[in-house]
Amino acid sequence: MLSRVADSLYWMSRYFERADNASRVLKATYGLILNPAKFSTEERWFHAVSSLAPGGASNKVDPQHALFLLVADPEGSFSIVNCIKGARENARQVREEISSEMWEHLNRLFHDVTGSELQPEDDAGAMRVVSLVREGSYRFNGITAATMNHDEAWHFIQLGKYIERACNICVMLDAYFDIGKHPDDLDWVGLLSSCAAFEAYCKACTAELRPERIANFLLLKAEFPYSVRYSVDRMHEALTGISDLSLSRRTENVERLMGRLRSKVTYAQIDEIIGGLHQYLAAIIEQCRELHAAVHELYIEYPIEVAFQN
Amino acid sequence: MIIETDRSDRGGAEALHRYELDGAYDEMFSAVDHPRKQYRPLHNLLLHLGRDELERSKHEADQSFFNQGITFTVYGNDKGTERIFPHDLLPRIITAAEWEKIERGLTQRITALNLFLKDVYNEGKIIEDGVVPGSIVYTCKHYRREMRNVKVPRDVYTTVVGTDLIRNPQGNFVVLEDNLRVPSGVSYMLTSRRVMKQIFPGLFQKCGVRPIEQYSQVLLSTLRSFAPEGRSEPTVVLLTPGSYNSAYFEHTYLARQMGIELVEGRDLVVHDNIVYMRTTFGLQRVDVIYRRIDDDYLDPLVFGNGSSLGAVGLFNAYRAGNVAFANAVGTGVADDKAIYAFVPQIIRYYLDQDPILENVETLLMSDRGQRDHVCQNLEEYVVKAVGESGGYGMLIGPHSTEQQRSEFRQKIYAEPRNYIAQPTINLSTAPCFVDGIIEPRHVDLRPYVLYGEKITIVPGGLTRVALRKGSLVVNSSQGGGSKDTWVLQN
Repeated sequence: MLSRVADSLYWMSRYFERADNASRVLKATYGLILNPAKFSTEERWFHAVSSLAPGGASNKVDPQHALFLLVADPEGSFSIVNCIKGARENARQVREEISSEMWEHLNRLFHDVTGSELQPEDDAGAMRVVSLVREGSYRFNGITAATMNHDEAWHFIQLGKYIERACNICVMLDAYFDIGKHPDDLDWVGLLSSCAAFEAYCKACTAELRPERIANFLLLKAEFPYSVRYSVDRMHEALTGISDLSLSRRTENVERLMGRLRSKVTYAQIDEIIGGLHQYLAAIIEQCRELHAAVHELYIEYPIEVAFQN
Repeated sequence: MIIETDRSDRGGAEALHRYELDGAYDEMFSAVDHPRKQYRPLHNLLLHLGRDELERSKHEADQSFFNQGITFTVYGNDKGTERIFPHDLLPRIITAAEWEKIERGLTQRITALNLFLKDVYNEGKIIEDGVVPGSIVYTCKHYRREMRNVKVPRDVYTTVVGTDLIRNPQGNFVVLEDNLRVPSGVSYMLTSRRVMKQIFPGLFQKCGVRPIEQYSQVLLSTLRSFAPEGRSEPTVVLLTPGSYNSAYFEHTYLARQMGIELVEGRDLVVHDNIVYMRTTFGLQRVDVIYRRIDDDYLDPLVFGNGSSLGAVGLFNAYRAGNVAFANAVGTGVADDKAIYAFVPQIIRYYLDQDPILENVETLLMSDRGQRDHVCQNLEEYVVKAVGESGGYGMLIGPHSTEQQRSEFRQKIYAEPRNYIAQPTINLSTAPCFVDGIIEPRHVDLRPYVLYGEKITIVPGGLTRVALRKGSLVVNSSQGGGSKDTWVLQN
């Protein structure tokens, strides 16, 4: 596969996952602020913004503005509308690689969410975009899995999706566990819903909402699709798939980084982590970044001299 | 989808009542209320359909084009508004006998033009024999000196051709233009067929329409036939200028249909006169390039202009025979509009046959007598710049203002070699569904000719429509649209 194409598929998938993640968080947050609690609306929006746009949140978040910022801000690289644009722009460059069904669905979603220009005060309009993306993303993932060969292109799509997901979950956990006052049950429901995890958590751990259990579930549960462990396992599968196909490449460095990350989430226990959760999450994010860079150097922008040595 | 029923006069001819015939040959009617035989099933259907049903079908077709992303970008707008390619709901129908003649005529013409290209880039016999003046050949904007004595695989220069035909008031198809460089539009032919099958399934069966869906397979095997010797499993790629090109949809569409890589210049690397593409497996050798970028942008080393659309060293690899281009470099010399005037002589010279498809009468502005005549009667002529395409650089005499005419007169006198003139031809008209009613609009026809081991023409083509009432300009850049073209079995 062309390196440029692999890169576009990877980014298409990352942007889409980013939009998907934001839509989950916003749906959960919007549900939460309707309930009175010890956190103010401002604080709740602050959680949401810092879960989605690390570094993008100042202490004062104007609730009126937050929803618009996260959904449709034309400047914000993390707003849902911009992520969908980014996903579609990358897909447009590689239309011959993805299935027609994928393109048609993504294209329609793009036109739906950009069709009318959203105004800052229009909460209903913003939530409509959120719903469109919520439903659209399940369909897109389903269509992708069902209509394309599970070959190299698919592996790059999976890699992009799960590296993005792993990082997003870490950022979100960090935002929730970093709060001075202890969150109440409603907030924990909010966190779980942000990962589409509430029902799955209740099934596995009952409805008793204990912070360590929640952290354990979202970080280390191998069976749950929106956990870090699950994401890292899928990244590993994707990279194995890619390197099995590209026999001659020198994959040692990527393998080393992948192995290190995997062992970090496979052999960890929550009671060892919970004390230094912030450092642990930051380390995972950093390792994902290194992995991204190594993959880029191996498959996408390798120097020509290296190519002729192989 | 339109389901035919036996309900007869409901709405009866509601949409057809304003169909007026003028001097042009009409594709559907031989006279008022006398549809031609091949159009009777369609005519019958139109009589029975209400305006609402037509509107609904039109909407359904538009939606299908839109969702498939068959759009082009409207420039000059930073939001990158996308519009669907304008198309008309009703098919244009061509009989088996008409098609048979088109097929023979185009095969003859393309065979002769390839012999011409081989000749002018090698011995130049046709010039020596005084059939085509060297002064015209060597001054062509698209003549490429770099191609002299370059061996082209199979001696085929024009792998893909889209020849523009029009039908004159006598009902004969004549050639208006040969597009021998990078003709486009074939994706609209293929996708509009797909949409029309959804909308008119019954009519399809009733008429017996020949299929065109094999185009991509034929194109691929044609391209593979140019692979350098010893490359039994050749890698074929499509080279695109990128996603901002107005034909990008077509590039992706064809690449996907053929299952080949769609590459950009930045994906290619030339090393020791071998072309490679940069893949996740490492560098992979490329054998045949179906290039959809112009000669001038292929290789900055040879054609200058600092273009980054092609790749450095590409032309040397080509000259060394390590990679094939389709089409070859320099084919534009044979579709120059001044050379066009000589095509009948070219056919006679190489094949010793009379042309099966005629040319439109063409006056060369480099000839003093013809120039003076045209300049005095500009309102009767269409004047075209010889090296342009896409409807640019053109004056349509009868529709022009005095100021435009005087501008063109000056241009012609300043650069006579750069212009030709043709009498204004009333292109044939076909029924189109516009703004709720069916009216005649002028059309042309662009069949696609593939030349590999032999010449293949898929039965069909792109019928382009001048959607503005009375307009004779069918180019999509100038308000034109398209129609599905049905060639009948018998």
